[in-house]
Amino acid sequence: MNALVQAAPAAREAALVDSRFTVPGMRCAGCIAKVERGLGSLPGVEAARVNFSAKRVAVRHLAQIDPFDLVRELEKLGFEAQLASDNPLAQDDKETRQLLRATAVAGFGMMNIMLLSVSVWSGAGGVTRELFHWLSALIALPVVAYAGRPFFSSALMALRHRRTNMDVPITIGVLLATGLSLYETVTGGEHAYFDGATMLLFFLLCGRALDAMMRGRTRAGIGALLGRMGRSASVVQDDGTTRRVASDQLFPGMVMIVAAGEALAADGEVIDGTGAIDNAMLTGESEPEAVAPGRMVHAGSVNLTAPLTVRITATASDTVIAEIARLMDEAGQSRSRYVRIADRASRLYAPAVHTLALAALVGWMIAGAGWYQSLVIAIAVLIITCPCALGLAVPAAQVTAASALLKQGVLVKDGSALERLAQVDMIAFDKTGTLTLGEPVPDLSALDQTRKAVALALASRSRHPLSEGLAKALREQGVVPALVEKVSEIAGEGISGMMGAVQVALEKPEQAGASVASQLRIGGSTTLIPFRDRLREDAGEAIAALRRQGIPAMIMSGDRSGAVREVAGALGLFARCGMRPEDKLAELERLKAAGHLPLMVGDGLNDGPALAAAHASIAPGSASDASQQAADAVFLGNRLAPVLAALDVSRRTMRIVQQNFVLAIGYNVLAVPLALAGMVTPLIAALAMSGSSLIVVANSLRLARSPS
Amino acid sequence: MTNLVFLIPVALAMGLGGLYAFFWAMRAGQFDDLDGAANRILIEDEDQQ
Repeated sequence: MNALVQAAPAAREAALVDSRFTVPGMRCAGCIAKVERGLGSLPGVEAARVNFSAKRVAVRHLAQIDPFDLVRELEKLGFEAQLASDNPLAQDDKETRQLLRATAVAGFGMMNIMLLSVSVWSGAGGVTRELFHWLSALIALPVVAYAGRPFFSSALMALRHRRTNMDVPITIGVLLATGLSLYETVTGGEHAYFDGATMLLFFLLCGRALDAMMRGRTRAGIGALLGRMGRSASVVQDDGTTRRVASDQLFPGMVMIVAAGEALAADGEVIDGTGAIDNAMLTGESEPEAVAPGRMVHAGSVNLTAPLTVRITATASDTVIAEIARLMDEAGQSRSRYVRIADRASRLYAPAVHTLALAALVGWMIAGAGWYQSLVIAIAVLIITCPCALGLAVPAAQVTAASALLKQGVLVKDGSALERLAQVDMIAFDKTGTLTLGEPVPDLSALDQTRKAVALALASRSRHPLSEGLAKALREQGVVPALVEKVSEIAGEGISGMMGAVQVALEKPEQAGASVASQLRIGGSTTLIPFRDRLREDAGEAIAALRRQGIPAMIMSGDRSGAVREVAGALGLFARCGMRPEDKLAELERLKAAGHLPLMVGDGLNDGPALAAAHASIAPGSASDASQQAADAVFLGNRLAPVLAALDVSRRTMRIVQQNFVLAIGYNVLAVPLALAGMVTPLIAALAMSGSSLIVVANSLRLARSPS
Repeated sequence: MTNLVFLIPVALAMGLGGLYAFFWAMRAGQFDDLDGAANRILIEDEDQQ
């Protein structure tokens, strides 16, 4: 009995798994409560916890519950949701935490040493001064050893590769200052620079921690891309039976049966069965594609209607989807060659500082000041010129800008993204899902109340994209579904049922026109429900605003020319259509080669390589995980305005960064002559350092104000 | 001067205490969801029936 009681919870715990979902629509306390209670009350769900800042929900549930069912439950609660990959933030998070810890330690050391230093500056002498110097040394040595590690290791790495970076002068400065102060302490000297060394570390770590915090915001693994591929397939054996085979065990030539609703695990040719597949992930087209024997189908697309028999032609890394992943990977390499503005500054700055310090040492030696005094002066020059405010100049502005943008619905991934956004001089838009909302919206004007009720009853039973769009639109109007029984769905034809004695159906329209439509039949009367992929409401305004700023825009779409021409005409844009992912990539490379710095805005998986290759890129929040991963920024909501805001804020950020550089260097220009003249005491060094840092931070905070 | 023997350890201990509190808060996930914590206060308790 006892054993049973103990075993039961253990078994239950073993079967629990965690799933994470991105829910961008949570905006208030009510949403938190609704999501947590709604999910928490489901059978098999042990706990649901919302992380409001990250717009994520972590759910602990029984292993047999399909996470996609939970996505559907969230949709019922009124929230769009996406399954997020396993804790994508873990790696960045660790780095941020380490930096925060180092910052805290440096802050602790700085404050305590400053406390002792103030009394030395205000005239403590003799034994007291020596005691305070010893105490400072006692605090400073472990603090420098702990908090300085990020700089030391980076500097060591750079030197090992015979390069120099911002961390080399910092490391030299900190180590020399600590060493000299230690010597002063032991010999009972007058000046110790422990406060300067720890303060330097503290301010620089603040900058690093801000930078790292910003990077860890909108990451998702590239594994999400291949996750869309079916993981296994039912393969027909020689004796006619079927067997589940994992996708990496599939070989060309095998025959697989793909059930309705299943994602294809490999590329292949249909040999039996007709129906429709959702190929949106590859082509970006919203409309399902009809398939019949002889048609090629690709891994990652979803079979919507009847079972298909497919002969496999390509598997694993040979599939089209894997090819896109590879293209994205390669395209992303060019972006990593971009040099951040801070690094460009340090390339000029570091050699100048080193030369200056060396010149001070040599100069004073020649002037006959002796080893010791010359060294003290050289170190003072190093400390005073250490790029403390410079280290804060860029991250402080960028973090403020990123949080200002977050309030406007744009998540920027890192500082380099902001810098590149500020430089773009032209924009390429994808059509479906970017300029348009990407979901078919029905025109309900022809339907009366009864028809709406019947349509909802039928549409809510189908997983066809048109039905899902119809059901969503009707639910938003508060329509109550009619009682319809004996519902059955015939692939490629429609869904039908009985309302009392009347036969009702939602089916393919009799006269197949150019536009997407569905037909509602009640008894003998039929009503046509046309569908349209609506433009984002402010698309026209946004394009006009871009034109005023002198940024030309164009459309790059994988869609057919008819649908593209309509949108291009409405917005007055130049458009290219029928582009495959590699075409988009080639077009962007061509633009870049012509000296343009293009911004790509796109959502589909087919835009992935283009997003990775463009100088900067933005994806809507509804985009596939892989596209969000490839893009520099993600914008939420149904409007295009956040894209404009991102461009505007990024440009203002760069202006502020430039001002910060001027302020930080200006301070140095004032202080360096004092240092060279040998007049810098630890007090002056401390004042110069904290003064310039504070001014730079204050200047950056101006970005938090919204533009007037 | 003799005050210092007492005051300096106190100052150091307070600093270390603050440092420890920060480390604990970070490990305990206090900074994971700052906006969420601000909003949760507004959620009404479920009625216990």
